[in-house]
Amino acid sequence: MLRIDIEKCIGCGECEEVCSFGAITIVDDKARVDEESCTLCGTCVDTCPEGALSIEKEGAEELDLSSWKGVWVVSEIKNGLFSPVTFELLGKARELADARNVPLTAILMGYGLRDKADELISRGADRVIVVDSKRLSDFIDDAYARVLAHLAKKEMPEIIIAGATATGRAFIPQVATILETGLTADCTGLEIDKESGQLLQTRPAFGGNLMATIICDTRRPQMATVRPHVLKALEPDTSRKGEIVDFEPPSELLDSRIKVVESVTEEQKGPGLTETEIVVTAGRGLEKKENLKLVEELARCLDGAVGATRAITDAGWISHSHQVGQTGVTVSPRLYVACGVSGAIQHLVGMQGSEIIVAINKDKDAPIFDIATYGIVGDVKEILPILSKKICKERGLD
Amino acid sequence: MPEDKVMNIVVCIKQVPDAESVKWDHKTGTLIRDGVKSVINPFDYHAIEAALTLKDELGAKVTAVTMGPPQAEEAIREAMSMGVDEGVVVSDRAFAGSDTLATTYTLSRAIKRLGDVHAVFCGKQAIDGDTAQVGPGLAVRLGIPCVTYVSEMEVINGGKGLRLKRLKEDGFDMVEVDFPVLVTTLSTLNTPRVPSLKAKMKAKRAKIPVWTAGDIGADKKRIGLNGSPTKVHSTYIPKFEAKREFLEGSPEEQVDALIKRLKEAGVI
Repeated sequence: MLRIDIEKCIGCGECEEVCSFGAITIVDDKARVDEESCTLCGTCVDTCPEGALSIEKEGAEELDLSSWKGVWVVSEIKNGLFSPVTFELLGKARELADARNVPLTAILMGYGLRDKADELISRGADRVIVVDSKRLSDFIDDAYARVLAHLAKKEMPEIIIAGATATGRAFIPQVATILETGLTADCTGLEIDKESGQLLQTRPAFGGNLMATIICDTRRPQMATVRPHVLKALEPDTSRKGEIVDFEPPSELLDSRIKVVESVTEEQKGPGLTETEIVVTAGRGLEKKENLKLVEELARCLDGAVGATRAITDAGWISHSHQVGQTGVTVSPRLYVACGVSGAIQHLVGMQGSEIIVAINKDKDAPIFDIATYGIVGDVKEILPILSKKICKERGLD
Repeated sequence: MPEDKVMNIVVCIKQVPDAESVKWDHKTGTLIRDGVKSVINPFDYHAIEAALTLKDELGAKVTAVTMGPPQAEEAIREAMSMGVDEGVVVSDRAFAGSDTLATTYTLSRAIKRLGDVHAVFCGKQAIDGDTAQVGPGLAVRLGIPCVTYVSEMEVINGGKGLRLKRLKEDGFDMVEVDFPVLVTTLSTLNTPRVPSLKAKMKAKRAKIPVWTAGDIGADKKRIGLNGSPTKVHSTYIPKFEAKREFLEGSPEEQVDALIKRLKEAGVI
């Protein structure tokens, strides 16, 4: 439970303010917790300037963690090539491994991939464990999970990180569950704590309104999935030397009731939302479906992708794959143009990482302007055609 | 699974703060809590609909399970008003502070108490935690395969299994799997049905059982804070560092000013 040291509490109210569950109130200049509302999330503990708050665990198991050593990166192949996130993870993992003074191992699972192992070494790995099996040629969640968990039990790494991609987020939670360890989803930052040596895993919480740093100090391995595009890959260095180890998994681990009957790689039409440098987003301010073409036209002139708010995709103007925000896609392009977007929090958290945010909206008090680099107060239906025309001219397009 | 038994379908739902009603004051960096409502996690409606679709096609008993405070029974009633047959609230102070590992353990204990299940549906993730970890973790606990991010579903093998379209980063897979299976649903899978008046009345009158840690025979070491290896080390409020320059003048002038700045920044 949450303990409040009344002697230390100065009644400053910081904890009351930061509590997202309304569980703390200041009564007679002292913090008081409503245990029914408190979810023990721990946010307040760190906020208290006096160190008056603590969360007590009673009866948790103490395990010996010292025999777990080394950092692992789970690599991912997409269309026969490594996903960029694999190299991004290796870049960060190199730092983590150096900080811990342990080797960095990349795990390569699949079929016919052995000749790709060198590439992982050139991007920072000291060692590559190749699990090459025809039965891993399709992505089968439970088979992949069992193989990785089996390897981890055998080799005992202290850290395992993987991409927070559709496949990573599908099977890594299974691995963590088999290993009975903690897993932090969708991290945007990883560091080693200098004093404790623990992995500090930072991720957005409460829809991005709060950044929380998570640790897993009672179990091993420490596991995290990391968002693509947030970490920096190392330049390839083909002179790097490393060891390549083959591992043949016990065949029963590969047994699964899931059968992949067809695997389809979809050609992307126009630049993908998360890959492009420019996103032009349609909001309710467009008023009518016909006006969506104003946004599409600007996206074309800028060679960018079309995004949409939930209101627009819910209304069926455009497919859900275009939705930017908490329940859609998170984007961080160089330029984000919000057209008639009011800026509801669930939208903002999906695009706040954009470098330049341009907001066009009739209502000068719209929350979108709070995070905009440049704001145009005006009617999108009037502004967009002018903007498209001038940008096309600028870029020598029709 | 014995043939003569009624098909058992479980749908896991979570009550979350309504994103629409949560407002954030970016100037002071604080959450405006007034008037925040609790709703069913938006993705979970699609899990409910998927369960009901299967029920319509194959005949089944659908049970909604939620873990949370006692008032989460509202979520169960809402699911029942859509056509879910029964519901359980798994609630105990001892569950507080659960991370996804403790949550999957707790949910699995509750689901095992319901008997043999043929299918479990979960939304792809909850919008408050956004981890997407509970579905896959729960499947491991239940010892059944998991298919995530499903956008199409079809009954195959004479009602013994499912063909599912599962989204991947660069496309999709069509997979086939026999029951029992756990499926996590995307919003593109279906359109959740509107509650019927009859079901609403039934839901209103229903007695919703509350199961405690004791009821599900949970090991104290594996629930709540004790069973949660991850913990919050520190937090900070991200700063929205916006330049907030309003471009003035006529629409033409505003556009010209914008283009000038975008050119300077080198984005066009």
